[in-house]
Amino acid sequence: MRYARRRFHVTASVARTTRWHRLFQIFSPLAFALLALSAVTANAAEEAPASNVAAAPATDFVGILSQLPNAGLSDKQQLLEQLIASHHASAQSVLKALLDEHLYSRDSDGKVFITEEVDTGLRLTDPETLTTAGTEAADGFSKVGTNNALRKFLRGAIAQFRLDDPDRSVRLVAVHEMLRDADSATVDLLRVRLSSEKDSAVRKAIEIGLAIADLDSDDAATRLAATTALSQTLDGDAYNKLKAISTANADGSYAETDDGVRNAAAKAAQRIEFWRGIYGSVETLFFGLSLGSVLVLAAIGLAITFGVMGVINMAHGELIMLGAYTAYVMQQLLPEHLALSILLSIPAAFLVSGLVGVAIERSIVRFLYGRPLETLLATFGLSLILQQLVRSIFSPLNRSVASPEFMSGTLVINDALSLTYNRLYIVLFTLLVFIALQLILKRTSLGLKVRAVSQNRSMARAMGIRSEWVDAITFGLGSGIAGVAGVALSQLTNVGPNLGQAYIIDSFMVVVFGGVGNLWGTLIGGMTLGVAGKLLEPAVGAVMAKIVVLVFIILFIQRRKQGLFPQKGRAAEGH
Amino acid sequence: MSVSINSGGGPIGLRFKPTGRRHSTNAPSPDLSHNIILYVEGITVSFDGFKALNDLNLYIETGELRCIIGPNGAGKTTMMDVITGKTRPDTGSAWFGQTIDLLGLTEPEIAQVGIGRKFQKPTVFAEHSVFENLELAMADSKRVWHVLFAKLNGEQRDRIDEVLQIIGLQDARSGRAGALSHGQKQWLEIGMLLMQDPLLLLVDEPVAGMTPQETERTAELLVSLAGKHSVVVVEHDMNFVRSIARTVTVLHEGHVLAEGSMDEVQNHPRVKEVYLGE
Amino acid sequence: METTTMKPPSILLAALRQDRGGQILLALLAAALVLVPLTNLVVPEGSALHLSTYSVTLFGKYLCYALLAIAVDLVWGYCGILSLGHTAFFALGGYAVGMYLMRQIGTRGVYGDPILPDFMVFLNWKTLPWFWQGMNHFPVALIMVVLVPGLLALIFGWLAFRSRVTGVYLSIITQALTFALLLAFFRNEMGFGGNNGLTDFKELLGFDLQAPGMRIALFVTTVLALAGAYLACRYIVASRFGRVLQAIRDAEGRTRFIGYKVESYKLWIWVFSAMLAGIAGALYVPQVGIINPSEFAPINSIEVVIWVAVGGRGTLYGAVAGAVLVNYAKTYFTAAAPEVWLYALGALFVLATLFLPRGVVGLMRRAAA
Repeated sequence: MRYARRRFHVTASVARTTRWHRLFQIFSPLAFALLALSAVTANAAEEAPASNVAAAPATDFVGILSQLPNAGLSDKQQLLEQLIASHHASAQSVLKALLDEHLYSRDSDGKVFITEEVDTGLRLTDPETLTTAGTEAADGFSKVGTNNALRKFLRGAIAQFRLDDPDRSVRLVAVHEMLRDADSATVDLLRVRLSSEKDSAVRKAIEIGLAIADLDSDDAATRLAATTALSQTLDGDAYNKLKAISTANADGSYAETDDGVRNAAAKAAQRIEFWRGIYGSVETLFFGLSLGSVLVLAAIGLAITFGVMGVINMAHGELIMLGAYTAYVMQQLLPEHLALSILLSIPAAFLVSGLVGVAIERSIVRFLYGRPLETLLATFGLSLILQQLVRSIFSPLNRSVASPEFMSGTLVINDALSLTYNRLYIVLFTLLVFIALQLILKRTSLGLKVRAVSQNRSMARAMGIRSEWVDAITFGLGSGIAGVAGVALSQLTNVGPNLGQAYIIDSFMVVVFGGVGNLWGTLIGGMTLGVAGKLLEPAVGAVMAKIVVLVFIILFIQRRKQGLFPQKGRAAEGH
Repeated sequence: MSVSINSGGGPIGLRFKPTGRRHSTNAPSPDLSHNIILYVEGITVSFDGFKALNDLNLYIETGELRCIIGPNGAGKTTMMDVITGKTRPDTGSAWFGQTIDLLGLTEPEIAQVGIGRKFQKPTVFAEHSVFENLELAMADSKRVWHVLFAKLNGEQRDRIDEVLQIIGLQDARSGRAGALSHGQKQWLEIGMLLMQDPLLLLVDEPVAGMTPQETERTAELLVSLAGKHSVVVVEHDMNFVRSIARTVTVLHEGHVLAEGSMDEVQNHPRVKEVYLGE
Repeated sequence: METTTMKPPSILLAALRQDRGGQILLALLAAALVLVPLTNLVVPEGSALHLSTYSVTLFGKYLCYALLAIAVDLVWGYCGILSLGHTAFFALGGYAVGMYLMRQIGTRGVYGDPILPDFMVFLNWKTLPWFWQGMNHFPVALIMVVLVPGLLALIFGWLAFRSRVTGVYLSIITQALTFALLLAFFRNEMGFGGNNGLTDFKELLGFDLQAPGMRIALFVTTVLALAGAYLACRYIVASRFGRVLQAIRDAEGRTRFIGYKVESYKLWIWVFSAMLAGIAGALYVPQVGIINPSEFAPINSIEVVIWVAVGGRGTLYGAVAGAVLVNYAKTYFTAAAPEVWLYALGALFVLATLFLPRGVVGLMRRAAA
């Protein structure tokens, strides 16, 4: 009720304004179009509306501004048009301030300021230079008033400014903002802009917006053309609009009366729906792959210590955690160089975790070869010690490691698909680590020795391979990879003493699922589990998806103990 | 089938009296009406492309003592794995008597219908006493509820004592089986086989690591078992094979190369070729 | 059957005669059965001999852990199945009793609903889920204490043993099992109180849970359950069944080839062990007054294994000794120097596996010999 009465009041006050103003209201779309033209071509400034009754001789910026507070509402618009035509750098700020009701005049001298309310009164900004001019008590100032029509004019004018902004992203935002509540005036404005716009993304956004607007045209041919144009996009607004006009209302009638247009719209909507579905699946797949990459990264070190050496290292998660803390420490050392600190922490974490791994192998694991259950218990004890150690040194609280610039942001592929850079990098990084590991195992003499020892220890020893040394190095390699995984994880999640625990069960699951002793199995197993989890998530929720995946693996291991890619041959049969 | 075996028993009295009945195992008995206890037909087993057994055919007669020889990798152990249910073949069939399809049974089921096996590497229960090892192997119901409340009766004790004597481990009866020497473990495993009282014994390299005297005793024991039992022995020791064998089967690359008496197979041209590279 | 005589008591008695550790344990339990109620209820509070109700509950808690440790030792020490998920069965038993205790609260809850526990009212549920039906009857709850863990163990074991999942693989999937349950019970939708679990219990069988008499009754029940479980387990491991279990532990393939269905044996002992763990959980919950999903945490299960390892596996009484010793140390350390506890526990894992393969019991035996 209150709102309605106020509306009425405003309408009444408008009714009381001059006849000219009423005329202007009627012709305001035209005025907008002309205004737009005037802004595009500088010399068009003189071609102000014909009804312009010049109210004041002043043409300079400050002069125009000083007339503003005392001008009638009808004259204000003319003044503002002159202000725009002056091409003064501050014009946009003044318009913005006026629209936001931040433009005040000082009662004592009539000087106009852009203001900001603070506790002590108004903080003043000189509108010409946009420099601060101190803070004064609010009661010495009067607001420069506006009305509905003027505010509409202001919005259009500001949009116009932003459409002309040299920064394409500003223009893009402006287009989207204008399209949100487009009327014929903004449409005309955009049409004008389209003719001069060079940037393809902005052009496309304008085109789509105009086509959506065209769907409301009275001319069926125009609507059909717009439908055809829109059928090639993936835009969500376009889809909603097409869907709306091609779907029957409750009474069976259609918003779109022309059958041809309606059919085309239905087809276009279908096509957009189809492609959005495809891209949606691609996105889910990508999320799944990035989750899978995290699993693979966490598990791949284990694939070496458990898969190749047969050692159950329950402290594997803590080696990941140490890697993550290495990234944290590195960032504390180089707070000014985020990207460098992350890059440096990769080899550093490899060394830290790798050395701790070698120490674990030399001090504990080597005494327990052939006794996997005991190894499991001893290394679990070690994991508790490492956790507590980190708690004592760094505090039990989580730390966050900042991401460098190049890892934040989004890669926009089209309207329906955008990929965040940090996920993209994780996937790439995982593949890189995997390839590096494959090369080490397949192409280096160390790799040859590792494989020899894992296949037949006594034979390898007989051939002069120092199996003890190989054991230590292999364990160190697996541990070092865990550390590298920790650096990657530090970019996705908070770093805390319990970081490792969260990944240990998943890691074992991935290795066992993929097939012990098979790096490819780990890669494919991890990716499969990641994608499966993400596919399930929308249907059952994140926690339930995790449970389902766990139960699936439990059942899978029953069916195929050897995992996805079993090691074959007589040796694998065992006794 | 007239397998007349010189069951001399010998001066050491190695003759083993089988009880001749299956002990409440509820397992079916094989139908031996055609005097063939084991049919192995067209068995092929491949590991990753390598054919460990290639269309193997083998028939064992009731009460027969058969020796199987062949170079390393000929498929001898794999054959035993197939018969005892450890390895499933790709193709082929294996029947115990006329009615029991071995390929459809699990290892314990095969053991319970009457096939016993001694492994190449002696496997005994190291933490149990010698006596307990024999008790566990004893032919008796092996169902959970029975075993939970089972207690040895006099007859069973006597039987264990008898076997202890045969395998010469009376003095070690309450000692840990893991503490036995290699040869003693071989004997204990043979003893466990005797306790099982199977119809068909599969014996993989029984005399490896034995002294000549022990080898002789083993030969006597196996010979005495034949007749009531059917025995299949895999062995590398040619003298041992010669001393016990009636029929010898030569395996080569997963296939039967020759079959016949020792002299026959030794003069077989293909066997000479394989063994001597002629 | 004519070849056997069924005399379980004689097997048990013969086994106990040789079981020095068991004799000591049973004697200690008998002493506790007399002394604890006496010093708590009869000796006046001011006296130096008085045992506080807090201590009674603490001892009761240790004995629940001991029962859980026996359950783990039975499968690990005797059958070689290293379960890293036994607290799943423990927690399920605990939840069964917790549900009964929840329903005993009745209108005394915060929301005063006569049927629905507080958390359900809070979640705006209108009716009691089907699995809560009947849990207000004590006998039903008691049946569930063994039935639910037993059934889970049966299904899990049947799948795992039938397909011959052994060794570390089995350990890892038991861990996955309890982890999956942990996640599941955290969900409010499961209907077990989510994160907070079940707590604020008022009474058991109409008696106030906080009353000293009730505490003693719970303690006595725990002692009797532990003694009973010990005797049952001692009988099992002394029987031929027990020898088959150890044969499976030492040479699984060989056991198969002499005719034992290894899977059946494993399944039986596994289910029995799970039921014991369920009973331990059921005794634990009324004494500590809460059950929540954290009981499912895999780390707890691994801790149980270390109690058994420290005490000496494959002895049963060693498991009891380990559970009590480690938990006493935990109580002491977490009060005196909390940050030291994890170091100590971790070091215990490492040192016990490296230097004490037979645990404290083995150490004492060696000292005695």
